[in-house]
Amino acid sequence: MGTLITDLPTDRPNADPELVAATGTCAARFDLATATVRALNAALHAEPEGSSAAYEVSHPRGAHSIAVGINRPVSVRIDGHVGYYCAGMNQQASVEIHGNAGVGVAENMMSGRVHVHGDASQAAGATAHGGLLVVDGNAAARCGISMKGVDIVVGGNVGHMSGFMAQAGRLVVCGDAGDALGDSVYETRIYVKGTVASLGADCIRKPMRAEHLAELAELLAAAGRDDDPADFTRYGSARTLYSFHVDNAASY
Amino acid sequence: MCGIAGLHLRDEQLQPHLGELLGSMLCQAAERGTDAAGVGIYGDPGLNPAGRSTVCVIDVARGADESAGAVAALLGAPVTGRASGQTMVFTAAAGPQELAAAVRTALPEAVLTSRGTSLAVLKGTGHPDDLASTFRLAEATGYQGVAHTRMATESAVTPTGSHPYSVGPDQCIVHNGSFSNHATIRRELVAEGIAFDSENDTEVGARFVAHQLTQGADVHKALRLLCERFDGFYTLLVATENSFAVVRDAIACKPAVIAETDRWVAMASEYRYLTGLPGIDNARVFEPEPEVVYAWER
Repeated sequence: MGTLITDLPTDRPNADPELVAATGTCAARFDLATATVRALNAALHAEPEGSSAAYEVSHPRGAHSIAVGINRPVSVRIDGHVGYYCAGMNQQASVEIHGNAGVGVAENMMSGRVHVHGDASQAAGATAHGGLLVVDGNAAARCGISMKGVDIVVGGNVGHMSGFMAQAGRLVVCGDAGDALGDSVYETRIYVKGTVASLGADCIRKPMRAEHLAELAELLAAAGRDDDPADFTRYGSARTLYSFHVDNAASY
Repeated sequence: MCGIAGLHLRDEQLQPHLGELLGSMLCQAAERGTDAAGVGIYGDPGLNPAGRSTVCVIDVARGADESAGAVAALLGAPVTGRASGQTMVFTAAAGPQELAAAVRTALPEAVLTSRGTSLAVLKGTGHPDDLASTFRLAEATGYQGVAHTRMATESAVTPTGSHPYSVGPDQCIVHNGSFSNHATIRRELVAEGIAFDSENDTEVGARFVAHQLTQGADVHKALRLLCERFDGFYTLLVATENSFAVVRDAIACKPAVIAETDRWVAMASEYRYLTGLPGIDNARVFEPEPEVVYAWER
């Protein structure tokens, strides 16, 4: 492992002829029981512009920083549980995690798609600017904290302080939300199907108009879900904390 | 940052492998702290022979045989002593409190790290990988164990500042985080006549839990009370002779993951510590909720 790529796209490290035949594209297989995360990430970073190579990663064994910093429209399938920051800073790529994800999955994602088939730990999609993050299971505390344009669809529940200071994008929760949902939220729109333990400062319930039902239907479809948009409630900013007012001092 | 891990075995057939499994967890945890490390082993017949009590100490000035002789003279019964890294392990056919009292008197410079009939705490400063070999952890057997790797933040790197803390018989606590109001609670406990061995915040948590257990609380209630009384960041793993419990503070910024199969329950700061456990691929893996006490009994 760790060979530098000189002649792309067919001569990449861990190129796998069977996978190439199966996927009809350039493909590579990394077994992290023997290969290093650094070798995998270096290969992903060396993909040429426009590459749609398919990567398959086995035995991630909870390693941190798998598939971070990709900037090509490649696809990465990971079989097993991953550690912290998986698919962080993602641009263009589609990353599928067939397992649970540790802290900060898809943090600061710019574009592309990250799909966690299990649960995600805290701070999923933190500060992400774009793309779609799908979590089929539950996401823990601080899901979508300071999100800046990403769309996040969680099939299960989210923990406390989710959507804290969320600035843009949409957060969809098909289960229940924990305490202090949307605390100090800016312009992110939050949709929750289940119950909300409590709302954070300046986060309020809002009416579902036709455009909200339409965008929610699109998001649910993009996440491969069949939930009925009519079952959701919208939450967002009351916009009372935008400008400092001395009467609100206790809310900051 | 510190790393914590624990393993509670349900399947007796795994007991001969406790040390080996706990060792794999401890060495992974080394990436979260290399200042110091420690383990609490429950049910190893070498450390806790049947019919005897075991007292573990650190900071002993003399050799094992000489120290054991001094303790035996006070106890009026034979005492065995052996060094296990920076820890010294004494056993005798006497009650844990009697043996502990004799050790305290005979070796006034020593700090007790555990006393009981099921538990031995081995700890010290240094890299966890090195300590695991001085503890001969791979050879340890038993029914449950806890482990800690320390990156010191709020008190000095000393053997007494290392975890686990065991301040009541067969009780053991490891902590990732820092308590912010421990000085206040320490003063309250001191006012109730409770003595401390270190300046460490976790010892205050351990003394608080032990105090609640003495007053009749079970582990579940003791940890509920801890959540009410303590401020700060904590993921705690608390073990007693018969129980294994996990609790996190309300903010829950310190990581924790629990995995469970029919054969074992395991807890760790990070999932990767658990990857050496048999059947991990099919375990139920979940993140404990804040301020919820998870407890397993045997």
